Amino acid sequence: MNVLFYISAGVAVICTIMVITNLNAVHALLYLIVSLLSLALIFFLLGAPFAAALEIIVYAGAIMVLFVFVVMMLNPESQTIQSRKQLLRSGMWFGPAVPAAILLGELIYVLTVGSVTFPANAGVGPHALSRTLFGPYALGVELASILLMAGLVGAYHLARPEARGTPEGDDR
Amino acid sequence: MITIPTAHALLLAGFLFLLGLVGVIVRRNIIFILLGLEIMLNASGLAFIVAGFHWGQPDGQIMFLFILAMAAAEVSVGLALVLQLYHRIHTLDADQADRMRG
Amino acid sequence: MVQLLWLIPALPFAGFVILAPAGARMSRRLIAVTGVGTVGASAVLTAWITAGFLHGLPDRLAYSQIVWSWLAVGGLKVGFSFYLDALTLTMMLVVNGVGFFIHLYAAEYMAEDEGFSRFFAYMNLFVCAMLILVMADNLLLLYLGWEGVGLCSYLLIGFWYDDPANGYAARKAFVVTRVGDTAMAVGLFMLFDQLGTLQIQDLMVRAQGLWTVGAFLPTVAALLLLGGAVGKSAQLPLQTWLPDAMAGPTPVSALIHAATMVTAGVYLIARTHVIFTLAPAALTVVAIVGAATLVLAGFSALTQKDIKRVLAYSTISQIGYMFLALGVGAWAAAVFHFMIHAFFKALLFLGAGAVIHAMSEEHDMFKMGGLWRKMPVTFWTFLIASASLAALPLVTSGFYSKDLIIWQAYASVHGGIGLWAAALAGAFLTSLYTFRMVFLTFAGPLKTPVARRPGWAMNVAMIVLAALSLFAGFLEIPNTLGGVHLFSGFIQNALPATVMAVSREAYESLFEWISGGTALLGVAIIYALILRMPEFTAKLTGSPTGKILHRYWFSGWEFDALYDRTLVRPYVFLARLDREDIIDSFFDLVSWLGGLAHRVLSTTQNGRMRTYAAGLAIGAAVVVGMVVLL
Repeated sequence: MNVLFYISAGVAVICTIMVITNLNAVHALLYLIVSLLSLALIFFLLGAPFAAALEIIVYAGAIMVLFVFVVMMLNPESQTIQSRKQLLRSGMWFGPAVPAAILLGELIYVLTVGSVTFPANAGVGPHALSRTLFGPYALGVELASILLMAGLVGAYHLARPEARGTPEGDDR
Repeated sequence: MITIPTAHALLLAGFLFLLGLVGVIVRRNIIFILLGLEIMLNASGLAFIVAGFHWGQPDGQIMFLFILAMAAAEVSVGLALVLQLYHRIHTLDADQADRMRG
Repeated sequence: MVQLLWLIPALPFAGFVILAPAGARMSRRLIAVTGVGTVGASAVLTAWITAGFLHGLPDRLAYSQIVWSWLAVGGLKVGFSFYLDALTLTMMLVVNGVGFFIHLYAAEYMAEDEGFSRFFAYMNLFVCAMLILVMADNLLLLYLGWEGVGLCSYLLIGFWYDDPANGYAARKAFVVTRVGDTAMAVGLFMLFDQLGTLQIQDLMVRAQGLWTVGAFLPTVAALLLLGGAVGKSAQLPLQTWLPDAMAGPTPVSALIHAATMVTAGVYLIARTHVIFTLAPAALTVVAIVGAATLVLAGFSALTQKDIKRVLAYSTISQIGYMFLALGVGAWAAAVFHFMIHAFFKALLFLGAGAVIHAMSEEHDMFKMGGLWRKMPVTFWTFLIASASLAALPLVTSGFYSKDLIIWQAYASVHGGIGLWAAALAGAFLTSLYTFRMVFLTFAGPLKTPVARRPGWAMNVAMIVLAALSLFAGFLEIPNTLGGVHLFSGFIQNALPATVMAVSREAYESLFEWISGGTALLGVAIIYALILRMPEFTAKLTGSPTGKILHRYWFSGWEFDALYDRTLVRPYVFLARLDREDIIDSFFDLVSWLGGLAHRVLSTTQNGRMRTYAAGLAIGAAVVVGMVVLL
């Protein structure tokens, strides 16, 4: 079972390297999503299933999607046409497909082989987690929600079309 | 029985963090810089989870949760700022935003 | 009575304070009343205090009043405090009395000058500073007064500042006296360091306790103080400034450069006489300086054309007599001659001023003549003063004071035949140049018409001083002629009596005859040369030797040229070498380094976020490394 960890770790590292050395933003984002998936698997192997689920849902599912939207908005037009043509060629699929396939293999293994056991006291389930969260850390939860609210308002305000159109004195 | 050595997992976290840092410093595209930041945040979250596994307490995961919330807020605001900046300097090259020079 | 001591310098100071800011808005009459009135009030107060003082003798010889504590730093305690004894009183009477009459004269003399209020402001400030000088209880306050009179001298010499030559003369006076002042300051430092106090009476007691006669330290201290005195009193070698100081208005020359400021050196030596008696070598130097100066200045006075320059050299010469007297220990004689000299020299200047006004600002004596009929009051007062200066026997004050010095130059234990001969030669020259001046100015045919005659203020001042020049001498008559010792008796309450060499005392009347005869001989000879045999005189001055002598004597023995070549030119040369200010460029280096560091460091501020992030990473790595490794 430990070997699963090392395989996932390898996948994460390789994908991360692919992220930071990529020229194309969308490619890099996709590699990052695969890296996040492998990290989710590692979280699961470390006895934090809730964290693993959250990683996929929030991080890979929401944050990365946000990135993708913004990148799509900002990328120069000339490149997109070029890259669209390239996207359909099979060679481009090779890079992300292989690590994803490895992860898929691992997942199938985990799901079919059986239960994953942890040593005593390792591995924390959602039940214990939520009791701690709404117990001693209740204030932190409230603060996090305020932070998210602030982030929401800030992002809305800063990205408004009218705000972007405001004339500004250019003293360059 | 899963007994992952804590040292190895922390090593992974550290290595990922380093990769993220390199990405921030080396890349010029703002999007890539933000991606590097995300990698770094993730890596630190991993370190917390490892610590939680090591001590058998939920605090690690709770910490990861907060990091997640914060990263979400940060990304949304950050991307909004990137949109603003793109509108001003019409490029995604971070080095072009050097009005604070001198 | 003593409580009012502080008022004496305060009144002229009040005059200055009123006139300086507000003088431009006051009427001429009001300015004159303020300027002359404050000095007059001070004079009246002085007279009243003198009466009180005389009444208190012989029980109480001195009074002091502390006005406030000036400095109390470390071991140095200096107060703004005044000391009154016989010597101080004499000085105060002269400064205030003669000063009052000169102010009165000046009210008329300067009436048409547009700097009228400024003039009286400066003159009042001068009187205040001079009074502080003579009334000071400690050497630091004396130095304050010393510098104050130097300042006022500068301001008043350069009074007509539109002409750059006047400014030059003022600066010359200031710089030359500065040399002396620096020596004096060093002397004060030394005295304080050795004796621990600057309070004069204290100082003298401690000096006598600590130092033996002829030791090294008192000699050095005395010589340094002498340096200061020499500068202020225009003696050799710092005498070059006084003839040029005649650029100032005539009342200034009368008050500052004849009667009062230039005698500050004499006062200083008399005040610190204990230190000088502890250093006989220094006293000898004083005497020699005095003797040499009086002879050299006499020769120079003989050749001058400008009437005020004759009087300037004459002043230098007469102060030489005072120094000579101090040098042989004839303290009373020196102070007596100071007082008498103040009377007749001030009068001579006032008369010269009247003549200059009459001749429409002409100073050249060769363009004057025949004035004795046209300006009788001026002529007779001038004649009385000249007679006093030449020490014509029996009737003039100058006879009693100057001949006392000449006699004691021989008869004192520190004196000798050489000093006496120099003094006598000086007396002969004095007669010559004085009456040359009188004859050229007043006798002979009228060369320039008289433009105006002095009014009542000028006449009153001149007449009063003339009376003093005639009668003040009777305060001190030698034993062979009657024996009146009022003045020396008075002064001996402050200064020691002169020690005479017993063997020489017998020759007193012989020496008196010789000095009286010399004076008359001088008058006779110059009368002959100028009025009876002018062609012979012209031939004498036109001869080759005559020309060379004339050149040397006219320029004051070429001291100006000497100083120019040895001091001024090397200094200017060095200043030109340092034109780029080499010393300062070292400090510029510091600022340049700062700028360099700034430029280097500001390249790190390139505005690029990635660079800053890299910096953060490196810094974090370093810190973590330090924590881990150390």
